[in-house]
Amino acid sequence: MLKYFLKRLLHGIPVLFVVATLTFIIMRLVPGGPFDQEKKLPPEILANIEAKYHLDQSVGVQYLFYLKQLVHGDMGPSYKYIGRDVTDIILDTFPVSITLGLLAMLIVIGIGVPVGVWSAYRQNSIVDQIFMFFATLGISIPSFVLGTILVWVMSNKLQWLPPALWEGPRYMILPAIALGAPFTGYVARLIRSTVLEVLASDYIRTARAKGLTETTILLKHTLKNSIFPVISVLGPLTAGLVTGSFVIEFIFSIPGMGSFFITAVTNRDYPLIMGVTLVYAVLIVVANIFVDMIYMWLDPRVRL
Amino acid sequence: MNILTKLSFGFLGVVFFSAVFAPLVAPYSYETQDTLNTLAIPSFSHLMGTDRLGRDLFSRIIYGARVSLFIGVLTTLLALLIGTIYGSISGYVGGRTDNLMMRIVDIVFALPDMLMIILITVMMGQGVIGIFVALTLVSWVTIARLVRGEVLRLREQAYVEAARALGANSLRIVVREILPNILDLMVVTLTFRIPVAILAESTLSFIGLGIAPPFSSWGTLANEGWKAIKFYPHLILFPSLAIFLTILSFNFLGDWYRNYLDPRKKSLI
Repeated sequence: MLKYFLKRLLHGIPVLFVVATLTFIIMRLVPGGPFDQEKKLPPEILANIEAKYHLDQSVGVQYLFYLKQLVHGDMGPSYKYIGRDVTDIILDTFPVSITLGLLAMLIVIGIGVPVGVWSAYRQNSIVDQIFMFFATLGISIPSFVLGTILVWVMSNKLQWLPPALWEGPRYMILPAIALGAPFTGYVARLIRSTVLEVLASDYIRTARAKGLTETTILLKHTLKNSIFPVISVLGPLTAGLVTGSFVIEFIFSIPGMGSFFITAVTNRDYPLIMGVTLVYAVLIVVANIFVDMIYMWLDPRVRL
Repeated sequence: MNILTKLSFGFLGVVFFSAVFAPLVAPYSYETQDTLNTLAIPSFSHLMGTDRLGRDLFSRIIYGARVSLFIGVLTTLLALLIGTIYGSISGYVGGRTDNLMMRIVDIVFALPDMLMIILITVMMGQGVIGIFVALTLVSWVTIARLVRGEVLRLREQAYVEAARALGANSLRIVVREILPNILDLMVVTLTFRIPVAILAESTLSFIGLGIAPPFSSWGTLANEGWKAIKFYPHLILFPSLAIFLTILSFNFLGDWYRNYLDPRKKSLI
């Protein structure tokens, strides 16, 4: 297993290289530079700053320099947060974003799976129809719309939960719901359709004929066989949660990587843009490896 | 066809109609300022109220529909075209070409797509064209994978072999024999990808990195409303509602079409 993990990780390296290169090229094509200000800097000072950050050299040289730095684990200094390294900023913001993502994931699995299974068991009943209606609402509502509704109702009107910032568990509830809801609807619909298929299969009939209790059938036969489609979408799901979180961080003023990415793009803070993009890319690559490993662990027919 | 499907058809019909004939449908132009009525709440003269500059929100939403729908529909169509051509070549030719082409798709898949869309959009100057290019560049890969899988499956079918035996060349086989058989799949994909594109555009515009003024999409309008949510919630309510109902309608239509194609599998995802 470990060998497989390392092998896959090694395969991920070219992908990260391409991500780094593409981001570098696109970033440099973006009009405007990091030190364009309303008030023009005196040319000597500008020249000094540019020399400090190697911006006076050709783009090719800068690119090679950046890669060299990166291989040594250094992502360079931020242009806007003076005195802070990109690595520092990411170490500060990464835990915030990952907590938000994991909480949302908890909601997605914790609510999506039971709702889907329940709906399938009560197919075409009123409960099923209500659940599926809400699931479709869920996948259709943009997370920023849900986020603003939650802020307006829960914070502005009812004043139950804080509308912004990140200072404890109470602050995490609304953002996690806003981020997780669309994916919850998606998972509920997905698991409902697979459970329906499984319930119609021969081995469930056999299990019933053997006189197994419904609980045993559900836990040992139905769930185990309907979980695969969910696991196979876990990879894209994680990617969606991770990269989708920047809107939520924007709405709730959460100091996560997404917020910093948005300001970095506005400020043309090249090293910070690179850093955040690369961390996101690594996350997506690693998440996909884990998903494949879970898949293999659950289904011995899939070989390493 | 149930009631939800009919409502969805109706709603999208009205939205498309008003987008195309915006100057006829909208009561005001999108930039006319009613300076005596700034930040007005909804009334008979301004159905959805007015914004900070006294511009009629209802009219701005109708004009915004042009941008949002244009981006949603055209990027998806273009992505479908690119993805289909790419996927068919990859799947039909097979072998080493297929391997190489799929490796490229894998790499594009691993990109953090929203971040790439943001960078490309900002690079191209935050206009309609920029976001159009950005969304297309990121979304064709899903379709390419889908089409390749189908082509791989279909090219071994007996009727394809028959066509080959009759001397049809590869282009003819793909276009006349294989593609018609995945047309349904492509229509379903279209109904599910259009809302994704609309969502992506409105999200970017909402955080201020998508379409920049003077153009405005529903996302841009929602962003302006967000700044005033405390005191003028109607400014964000109506644009959000427009986005939500449009995406919802597309999803209901997609569900309906999928069930219609395959009545045995009632209500797939």
